[in-house]
Amino acid sequence: MRVHRAVYVRGLRRHTTYRAATLAGILTNCVFGAINATVMLALFAARPHINGYDAGDAVTQVFLGQALLAVVAVMGPPLELGERVRSGDVATDLLRPVSLLGWWLAEDLGRATFSLAFRAVPTFAVGLVLFDLVLPGDPLRWAATLVSTVLAVLVSFALRYLYELAGFWLLDSRGIWAVAGLLGPVAAGTLLPLPLFPPALAEVLRVLPWASIVQIPAEVFLGKDSLPGGTVLGGLALQACWAAALLSLGAWATGRATRRVVVQGG
Amino acid sequence: MADARVPVFRPVRAYLLLAGTWCRALAQYPASLVMMTLATSLGVFAEISAVLIVFGHAGRLEGFSLAEGLLVAGLAATAFGCADMLLGNVENLGEHIRSGTLDVMLVRPVPPLVQLATDRFAPRRLGRIVPGTVIIAVALVLCDIDWTPGRVLMLPVLLVSGTAICSAVWVVGACLQFFVTGAREAANSITYGGQALTEYPLAVFGRDVVRAATFVLPLAFVTWQPALYLLDRPDPTGLPDGLRFATPLVAVVSCLAAAACWRFGLRHYRSTGS
Repeated sequence: MRVHRAVYVRGLRRHTTYRAATLAGILTNCVFGAINATVMLALFAARPHINGYDAGDAVTQVFLGQALLAVVAVMGPPLELGERVRSGDVATDLLRPVSLLGWWLAEDLGRATFSLAFRAVPTFAVGLVLFDLVLPGDPLRWAATLVSTVLAVLVSFALRYLYELAGFWLLDSRGIWAVAGLLGPVAAGTLLPLPLFPPALAEVLRVLPWASIVQIPAEVFLGKDSLPGGTVLGGLALQACWAAALLSLGAWATGRATRRVVVQGG
Repeated sequence: MADARVPVFRPVRAYLLLAGTWCRALAQYPASLVMMTLATSLGVFAEISAVLIVFGHAGRLEGFSLAEGLLVAGLAATAFGCADMLLGNVENLGEHIRSGTLDVMLVRPVPPLVQLATDRFAPRRLGRIVPGTVIIAVALVLCDIDWTPGRVLMLPVLLVSGTAICSAVWVVGACLQFFVTGAREAANSITYGGQALTEYPLAVFGRDVVRAATFVLPLAFVTWQPALYLLDRPDPTGLPDGLRFATPLVAVVSCLAAAACWRFGLRHYRSTGS
């Protein structure tokens, strides 16, 4: 556990170095948030209610999505694990007396903690200034949103870990990222809130793990009854199930992958 | 020597040669190239589906119907796709400065901008241009357009102008990296952000944004003014209708401004020395 804590702290501290990049990232998130939010406002001006969403809900989700984008890294950057599989450096990782999954999870949680404080909070604050966002009045719902965000990071980490683990078989995970980096954000609800999709498609996307990365946290924040079971707890349970299932799959696949590994010397 | 007499074409020849070399290199892995191209196309389909969904719910936005919205989105995808393919790699400037490879480019007898643009030239970006043009074609059939000879002739001019403006935006965005390290993501807000902005009829964003995109960063001439011209609409934000005819001129001016930025940036470049 001490090792993991040390890796977590280093992951967190490492990202504090790139201050200019953090500011630039916030700027980009805000620009995209403003563009998408304006499109949503124009759409809802034409049709005030669509599948249970109104203008306030949609604009809030747009900014939540932009705020979470860096935290859950759904559009990248990929875990460095993939590059290490390609270069063979993963051999060093496998020599360590801690599990591969635990090591990278600790590192990624450090990154996510930094992003939550210094990317998500400022981005959402800018959204609050520019647009009429809907805020939960109930402090419990704020707490639920925080839990939901942590679960979103776990689900997203597990998915990104699996993408990179595929590199053990494919030798190059960039092809997977080329597809997952495009379709993941769409299925997560960052391109458009999922309720705007055709209902049949939305129902399918809603139960897939990607929805747990942005759509479910947004609905928890908004207190929507479209969550599984109609309650916030149902949403959190769905996320927890995906996190547990995908992390177990990751742990199992790690065992299979390391049995395949052939490291060429040099 | 033909190219000694027409020195203007030498950078073009160098560009084609270097880009061709990268294409040949990537063609060694045909399966990978095809899959990456299809993945790029998926991105266009996702964006276009979003536009379709928005127009499907709204019916009309700022007087634009679904087919007309599709025309705007198709123009945006094509113009940005072409600019991305021709000059998109300039966004790696910061990386070249950091690692010192820009210094290597400066001593070679080929303009550094050409080398920068062709470094890791990516033919997979055709996956953006081809669906973009197909969408334009479909939208042009669906829209009710009064096809005068002028409109037919202007269509390629508008596409070239849009590409030129987007390319200029890419170069200006890259030039920021001469002065601010880590500006790459900030540049994304005008390059990819610009694409997101031009994907919808610009009037959606309100008068101030339309004015800024007309007079400051001329993104209005990528899709908005061309669409107004093709559909023969008055400008709903009250700007003069004559502006749409300025599109080619704006393209030329943007390219000159981008070239000036590039020269200014290059003159103030100081090697990291690593």
